[in-house]
Amino acid sequence: MNDIDTLGSDALGRIATAQDLDTVESLRVAFLGKQGSISGLLKTLGGMSPEERQAEGPRIHALRESVTATLAERKAALEGAALEARLAAERIDLTLPAPEAPRGSVHPVSQVMDELAEIFADMGFSVATGPEIEDDWHNFTALNMPESHPARAMHDTFYFPDRSAEGREMLLRTHTSPVQIRAMLAQGAPLRIIAPGRVYRSDSDATHTPMFHQIEGLVIDKGIHLGHLKWTLETLLKAFFERDDVVLRLRPSYFPFTEPSVEVDTGFAFEGGRRVVGGSGDEPGHGWMELLGSGMVNRKVLEAGGLDPDEWQGFAFGVGVDRLAMLKYGMNDLRAFFDGDRRWLAHYGFAALDVPTLSAGVGTAA
Amino acid sequence: MKFTLSWLKDFLDTEATVEQIAARLNAIGLEVEGVENPAEKLVGFRIARVLTAERHPNADKLQVLSVDTGDGPPLQVVCGAPNARAGLVGVLGLPGAVVPAGGFELKKSAIRGVESNGMMCSTRELELGEDHEGIIELPADAPVGTAFADWHGADPVFDVAITPNRPDCMGVYGIARDLAAAGLGTLKPVELVPVSGMFDCPVEIRTDDPEGCPAFYGRVIRSVTNGQSPDWMQARLKAAGMRPISALVDVTNYVMLAFGRPAHAYDLARLTGAVVARRARDGEGVTALNGKHYLLDHEMTGIADQAGVHDIAGIMGGEHSGCGEGTTDVLLEIAYFDPQRIAATGRKLNLTSDARGRFERGVDPQFLDAGLDLLTDLVLRICGGEASAVVRAGTPPSGLRTVHYAPALVATLGGVDVPAARQQAILESLGFCIVATAGETGEEWAVTAPGWRPDIAGAPDIVEEVVRIHGLDRIESVPLPRADGIARPTATPAQKLERRLRRAAAARGSHEAVTWSFLPQAEAEAFAEGVKDSGDGLWVLANPISEDMKVMRPSLLPGLLSAARRNVDRGAAGLRLFEIGRRYLRGEGGKSDERLSLAVVLAGEKTPRGHATGKAVSFDAFDAKAEALALLAEAGAPVDSLQVMGEAGGQFHPGQSATLQLGPKTVLARFGMLHPATLKAFDLAVPVAAVELFLDAIPAKRGAANTQGGGFARTAYAPPALQAVTRDFAFLVPAELPAGDLVRVVRAADKANIVAARLFDDFRGAGVPEGHKSLAIEVTLQPGDKSYGEADLKDIADKVTAAAAKLGAQLRG
Repeated sequence: MNDIDTLGSDALGRIATAQDLDTVESLRVAFLGKQGSISGLLKTLGGMSPEERQAEGPRIHALRESVTATLAERKAALEGAALEARLAAERIDLTLPAPEAPRGSVHPVSQVMDELAEIFADMGFSVATGPEIEDDWHNFTALNMPESHPARAMHDTFYFPDRSAEGREMLLRTHTSPVQIRAMLAQGAPLRIIAPGRVYRSDSDATHTPMFHQIEGLVIDKGIHLGHLKWTLETLLKAFFERDDVVLRLRPSYFPFTEPSVEVDTGFAFEGGRRVVGGSGDEPGHGWMELLGSGMVNRKVLEAGGLDPDEWQGFAFGVGVDRLAMLKYGMNDLRAFFDGDRRWLAHYGFAALDVPTLSAGVGTAA
Repeated sequence: MKFTLSWLKDFLDTEATVEQIAARLNAIGLEVEGVENPAEKLVGFRIARVLTAERHPNADKLQVLSVDTGDGPPLQVVCGAPNARAGLVGVLGLPGAVVPAGGFELKKSAIRGVESNGMMCSTRELELGEDHEGIIELPADAPVGTAFADWHGADPVFDVAITPNRPDCMGVYGIARDLAAAGLGTLKPVELVPVSGMFDCPVEIRTDDPEGCPAFYGRVIRSVTNGQSPDWMQARLKAAGMRPISALVDVTNYVMLAFGRPAHAYDLARLTGAVVARRARDGEGVTALNGKHYLLDHEMTGIADQAGVHDIAGIMGGEHSGCGEGTTDVLLEIAYFDPQRIAATGRKLNLTSDARGRFERGVDPQFLDAGLDLLTDLVLRICGGEASAVVRAGTPPSGLRTVHYAPALVATLGGVDVPAARQQAILESLGFCIVATAGETGEEWAVTAPGWRPDIAGAPDIVEEVVRIHGLDRIESVPLPRADGIARPTATPAQKLERRLRRAAAARGSHEAVTWSFLPQAEAEAFAEGVKDSGDGLWVLANPISEDMKVMRPSLLPGLLSAARRNVDRGAAGLRLFEIGRRYLRGEGGKSDERLSLAVVLAGEKTPRGHATGKAVSFDAFDAKAEALALLAEAGAPVDSLQVMGEAGGQFHPGQSATLQLGPKTVLARFGMLHPATLKAFDLAVPVAAVELFLDAIPAKRGAANTQGGGFARTAYAPPALQAVTRDFAFLVPAELPAGDLVRVVRAADKANIVAARLFDDFRGAGVPEGHKSLAIEVTLQPGDKSYGEADLKDIADKVTAAAAKLGAQLRG
């Protein structure tokens, strides 16, 4: 039956040379479709004698199967080639830049305030606040600086022409200490607070800005003494700088709102032109730097805060936040803190996720 | 307070080194700001004699000297000084020495071909004076070979910061007393040489203002010669930073610096009639020694004669009656002035002086006679003449204060145990007296403070004295008592909000800036409008540091805009800055009302030009809106209930800005593009979008504030079993209808089924009639227990259409 063989070799040949899927499909229809040639052969089986059918049946079926298989193969091959071609066409240059997501930052002053809040929370201090536009009673008088006190003049105070309803002079607070008075009056004793915030002095040069940040600490309880103050400051600074070799030097000093008053120096070493806190200032290559003022709360201040100084005593301290930030993170220009230069902020600022925690250490490594 | 070592040693018998003294001064609260040791600068300079001086073979103006240095063979030195000659004794700098003026190191060298082994120095080169005409000529008997510093008596100068509570240490003697108490030597008693008067004081001296001037002592010394004060006195005054003037003036300054006791010397010839301490009359004027004229008032005390006020009491003498070269008869004044009066007068006149500094802190009221004796003695020794009897008008206060004190306080307040006997010794060495003891074991003391310690007011002051002399370094650290268990949370809701927003804004890509709280007036005023409750005006400083820092900010935006301009000027193409801080408004009772705010400034390019998008894209008002909504959501504000309203303020583009409000009154935020006029005012040439969040206006979350042991559980929720379906609606609406209004009514059309409505198309043009627009909204429906049937969906669609129709919206076919 040469026509079957002829049909077969012709069909297989045409399928093998089909160049696209449409051709393969039209060949399928031509061979295997309802009107297809192989379908036609199959239909002839019904009119055959059993002997003929015996002989022709397997040949026709074999032809159909081989054409079916060859069609499938060709289709798969063409599809594979098409996919290859599409993928090749879809190739992109991944050295091109990806879309840039803006990266923001948290200001070092905010970061350091968060760090301090974390440390102080562990020591049981809560955060208190007060107004920055203060009256002279809270800023001076209640802190044992009556009007004639020479220390008032030393504060380089910004004044407003206004007076409060009580007739008090309005001014920009020169320190965070008025929050001591407000906290005592509002909360009574015992008390453990820190009060961070902006403070103002009419002073401007390379190392002073008319606005800066302070954090005030106040502990009022029974039996609190200078030893507690020393421990608190040591503990604070060790935790803040995350080093155990912080050495403090206490010097007698004078602040109207504390008695006795203590100025606190910390030892540092010069490393690569920078001051690095740690070690005793008396060691070779070391020095002492003034870090903060502190002391036992003056009895008059306790009285102004509505507390009985025979029952309660405590300590207070104030430290410059900007200064702490500079010491820890190595900035050397205070003025840059308030300039808002995005390059400086990107360099010295902190990622949003650099949330200070005690378990991870409050500081963020460079 | 500056003083020399030799001056200190006049009063303190000590072998201590400069370093030991400085360390102890620091330890007892007299902070050493610096020690200048001239000897250090003069290392390598020694006394030498010129043996021969010959012409330099190659230079007319140079000589070649042979110099005897005291040991070894003479050195050859080339010298250009005209006075260099054989026999001259001068100062030779040897190779290796650093010349103080100029700071260069001397080296063996050849000058015009002749070897030179050092330099003969001028006064100026050693920073000992201005003379540079020639080299130093020392007396012929100056010891050749000796280090010049030793012979010159180079005297170290201490610079000590005196705290305002220690007027006694504004004199060298007081510092010596403190050092002696601290074990650094023995205090020498003040040598007083009382001089009895040779004649009655020819001037009547009175105090008519016993409040301001309780005591006024004086005497006349006649026939004095007011020349230069002696070298030793001039040297000490100069070391203290004071200019020598004339012997009489220098003597008063010397006693002030040595004993902390100001006094004044008048030229008697310039005075007429009685010399009286009295209140000035309003408008009475005096020209002070600084050459300035001051107008006094009736609250100020002056020293006056018949003609008028000569001296602003306790602050500054007058030019007219000051001692000069021609003074022959001098009236010495030593008085006690009320510290508060001095402080008030000085403040009012804005006049500071060394005398004021001491009087307002409180001089020793017991030291008038002693001071006058010291002055008299010095004047007689230096200027000659003869002294009158002393006139004593008024009586100084005793100045003695007795405080009750328990030695146990040192432990309970000072945190260190100091035996009572040691405490007593410390106090007595400082001039305190334990005048009485009480209690079974003498545990209660009455302690009298000396007159030079006006700062002692109570027992804690005594603790301080004991502790500072005993040594603050001997206090042991003692842990604060710690509450049981893990540290409790301490942050208030406001602090948590601030922290959260700060990190949210940073996470969204903005840099946190900290800008000044004060603004130029024009910027503050431009931003006062649009801020609610600004009351009766802004807070304007009376004494700003500059006009740019004058007015407290009513908004955070101006500060950020200035920062943005600086960044743009430095080349930033796009910028995201934010700040969290207070804006300062007027509150009740003359107080301030400081409100927490957060502002964001988005300037210039949002995305730079790029391979994917082509052109750079600038920030627009929707960026500001996105920022506002995202941050308000972080702040816990009910964002779904916010309404977008108008009137963001005149600083914003009127058509591209809005407020976010809860109801008609509560404005939580304003946002949008800035007005071109604002950009111009801030010199910004790029488009700027801005946001201001009024954090104080955000309502507190119900039940969230500091919930004790709770508030953590969320409301119960399980995802619905049936899937949500969406339906799109397109409406034809008047062009001016805000899309948000339509979305809101659609969302509310069937609250049981509609869980979301989202606008996805705003179309104008072909097919949409003039004056209209087409808004398309995707509505999300959430079935409950059973799926929607056709009837259900039609029912909901009808409700949506009906609700929209109330706004004039027609469903498009």
